[in-house]
Amino acid sequence: MTKQAAGLRTGPGQAGKQQGHARASRKRQRAAYPYTLYLPAAVVYLVIFLVPTVMAFYFALTRWTLFDSTFVGLDNFRDFFAEQNLRIGFVNTLFYAVVTSGLKVVLGLLLGVLLTSKLRLRGFLRSVVFFPVLVSTVAVGITFSALLRPDTGLVNRSLALFGIDGPDWLGDANTALLSVALVDVWKGVGFATVIYIAGILSIPRDYYQAVAVDGGGAWHRFRHVTLPLSWPATYSVIILSFIGGLRSFDLIWTMTRGGPGFTSDTIASIIYKQYQAGFFGLSTAGNVILFVVVTAIVVPLNYFLGKRQVAV
Amino acid sequence: MKTSHRARGTALAVVATAALTSCGSSSGPAADGTVTLSFLVDNSQATVDTAKALTDAFMQANPKIKIETETRPGGSEGDNIVKTRLSTGEMSDVLWYNSGSLLQALNPAQSLVDLTGDPVLANVQKDFLPVVSQSGKAYGVPAGTAMGGGILYNRKVYEKLGLEVPKTWDAFMANNEKIKAAGITPVISTFKDTWTSQLFVLGDFYNVQAAAPTFAQDYTAGKAKFATTPAALAGFQHLADVHAKGYLNEGFGSAIADQGLKMLVEGKGAHYPMLSAMLPPMVASTPQAATDVGFFGVPGTDPAKNGATIWEPAGLYIPKSTKNLEAAKKFLAFVASPAAAEAVNKVVQPAGPYRIQGAKLPDDAIQVAKDLQAYVDEGRTAPALEFLSPVKGPSLEQITVAVGSGLTPPAEGAAQYDKDVEKQAKQLGLAGW
Repeated sequence: MTKQAAGLRTGPGQAGKQQGHARASRKRQRAAYPYTLYLPAAVVYLVIFLVPTVMAFYFALTRWTLFDSTFVGLDNFRDFFAEQNLRIGFVNTLFYAVVTSGLKVVLGLLLGVLLTSKLRLRGFLRSVVFFPVLVSTVAVGITFSALLRPDTGLVNRSLALFGIDGPDWLGDANTALLSVALVDVWKGVGFATVIYIAGILSIPRDYYQAVAVDGGGAWHRFRHVTLPLSWPATYSVIILSFIGGLRSFDLIWTMTRGGPGFTSDTIASIIYKQYQAGFFGLSTAGNVILFVVVTAIVVPLNYFLGKRQVAV
Repeated sequence: MKTSHRARGTALAVVATAALTSCGSSSGPAADGTVTLSFLVDNSQATVDTAKALTDAFMQANPKIKIETETRPGGSEGDNIVKTRLSTGEMSDVLWYNSGSLLQALNPAQSLVDLTGDPVLANVQKDFLPVVSQSGKAYGVPAGTAMGGGILYNRKVYEKLGLEVPKTWDAFMANNEKIKAAGITPVISTFKDTWTSQLFVLGDFYNVQAAAPTFAQDYTAGKAKFATTPAALAGFQHLADVHAKGYLNEGFGSAIADQGLKMLVEGKGAHYPMLSAMLPPMVASTPQAATDVGFFGVPGTDPAKNGATIWEPAGLYIPKSTKNLEAAKKFLAFVASPAAAEAVNKVVQPAGPYRIQGAKLPDDAIQVAKDLQAYVDEGRTAPALEFLSPVKGPSLEQITVAVGSGLTPPAEGAAQYDKDVEKQAKQLGLAGW
C-alpha cells in the first residue's frame, strides 16, 4: 500500500498508465486461466447446497412423507405459525443470540486485552482459552449435562461447599436456557478472543506511544485506543456469534432437547422436532422461515455495523 | 497444459460426484452359498439382548445364513432413520420396528414385503395381526413379548409400610402420602428422557376405554378430544397431582430412565410409571429387580373396573429393497416360533406374555411378568391407544413434561395435545380433520 502511494507521488502520469496496463493484461491472463479449477468446488456447492436449497422452497409447499408429496400451497406456513410454542421459540432464540453474542463481545475483548499484554505463560494461556473451541459441541453438551446434575454434578457440589443449594440447572424451567447459553459462551469465547487478539495486534503502536507521551494511563489506552480501533474485530464477533446464536441447535439439543416442556425451545429445535415427527414438509417450511428471519436480521445488522466501521 | 488442467478438474469433479453418490449398498448371496442378512434394531438394552438371543439361536440352526445386527437410536430420532433408509432403498434385510400407529407411518404397502397368508405367520396369534397390518395386509411377526404400561412398584417398600396395591387413584394417592411420611420418594419421574413422562396419560387408556368404550374410533375420526372427555383428561390431571403434592424425586427434571429404575430397585423410590419391559435388563446387575419390583395398572375411579394397559410387542419386517428375501423369511419364521421364545427366555427375562402360539413364560419369570400375566388371564387388559388408532401427536412427551413439572395446567396441556394430534392427522391426510 505505502509503496504504491509513494510511486504515484513521484511520477503520477506515466506510472499510473503503466500500472493500469499491467493490471489489464494480468486480468486477461487470469481470465485465460482454467475455470475448470473451480469446477470441483462448484459441483460440491451446487449438489449439496444450491440444489437442496431450491428444492426446499418447493417441498415447503407440500405435504411430504419422504415416500411421496402432495402439493398443499401455503398450508405448512399457516400450520407453522399456528405452532403453540412458536412464540416461546422466537423469544428464546433472540434471547439466546443476544446473551451469547453480548457476553462473547465483552469477555472476548477483555481476554483479548489480557492476552496481548506482557504476561508470563501468554502462549499457554492463549491455547487454554482457545481449547474449548476445538472440542466437539456434542461432547461439550454431554460433559456439562453431567457437571450440572443437581445432586452429583461438580457445579452443585462446589456450590455446596459454600453452603449454597444450587438449582437443577437444566431441569428447571427458569435456569435451563440461561445455563445452555453460558455453556455456549464458555465454548465460543475462545474464538472471539482470537479475533480480538488479531484486531488489537493490528493497531499501530504509535497510538499507544502518543497516549504515553500525553501522560495517559492504562485506562486511557484501553478507552481511547484499543476500544475504538478494535471495532472491526467487534463487528466480526457480533455478526458471527449473532448468526450462530440464531441458528443455535446442537448444544441446546444435547443439553435440554428444548425442555423442560417447551421452555428452552428455539426455532431450530422446533423445526427439528417437526422433522423428527415425520412432518417433513412442515419442517422445511420452518427452515424457509428461519432462513428469511436470519437474513432479515443479519443483513441490516451487517449494513449498520459496516457503516460504523467506515465512520471510525 | 490447458487441457491437462481441464482434464484434472473434470476428473476431480467426477471423483467428487462418485464419492457423493456411492453411499453403500447391500449385497446378494456370496459364491459359497452363505447369505449375510443385515438386521436393524433399536439400541435399548432389552431389544439388543433379545435380538442377540434370536440371531445366535437362528445362526446355530442355519449355518449357511449369517446375520449382522446394527443398532439405531430409539424414539423419534430412530423413526427418522428408519423412514429415511426405507425411502432411499438403503434399508437392512430385516428391521425391528414398532407395531401400531408408528408402523402405519412407514407406508408399509409401498415399503415392506406383504406376508399375508405366508407360512411365516403360521404360529402368530391371530389377535396380534391387526397391529402389524394395514388395509388387511399383514407385514410383520411379533418380536419379544407384550409389555404392560402402568406403575412399577417396590414390593419391599409396600411390605415394610403395610400398604396394599391400590385399586383407585385416591387409594394410590393415600399410599403416596404414607410413603412420603416414611422418607421415601413416592413417585419417580425422569423427565430428561422425555418419553418416560407419558405413562400416566398413555397407561391410563384402560380406564379411558372402560368409561368411554368408543373413544378410540371417535378419536381417530376427530370427534372425541382429550380435553373434553373427562376420562381422558384424568391422565393429565394425575400427572399434575403428583407434582403438586410434592411426591416427585428431587432433580426429576434432569433425571434419566436408568437412574429412575435404579432408585426403584434400590427402594429409594416406591412407584415408577413405566413400561414393564424396562425391568428385565436390570436383573443382571441387580438380581432383586426380579423379585422386589411388581406391576399394577394405573388406577382409575372405579375399583370394580380395575385393569391394565398393554403394549403389543414390536414387529420384525422385511423391506421391499431386500435382495435376500428367502433367508429373511426363514429368519422371521424362526422368530415367530416357540423355539425362538425358548431361546430368548434363556437370555432375557420376558416382560410379559408372548404373542406366539405355544410359547410360554418360564416358571422363574420375573414378578412384573407374573403380575401382568394375571391381568391378561383375567381379561382385565386393553391395548394402548396407539394400537387402536393411527393418530398419536408427536409432542405428547414435551406436553406431559410441562404438565408434570407444573409449568402447564392439565386442562391446557390436554388442549395443546388435541391441537398436536390435529396437526398429525392433517399431515397423515386422514378423513374428517
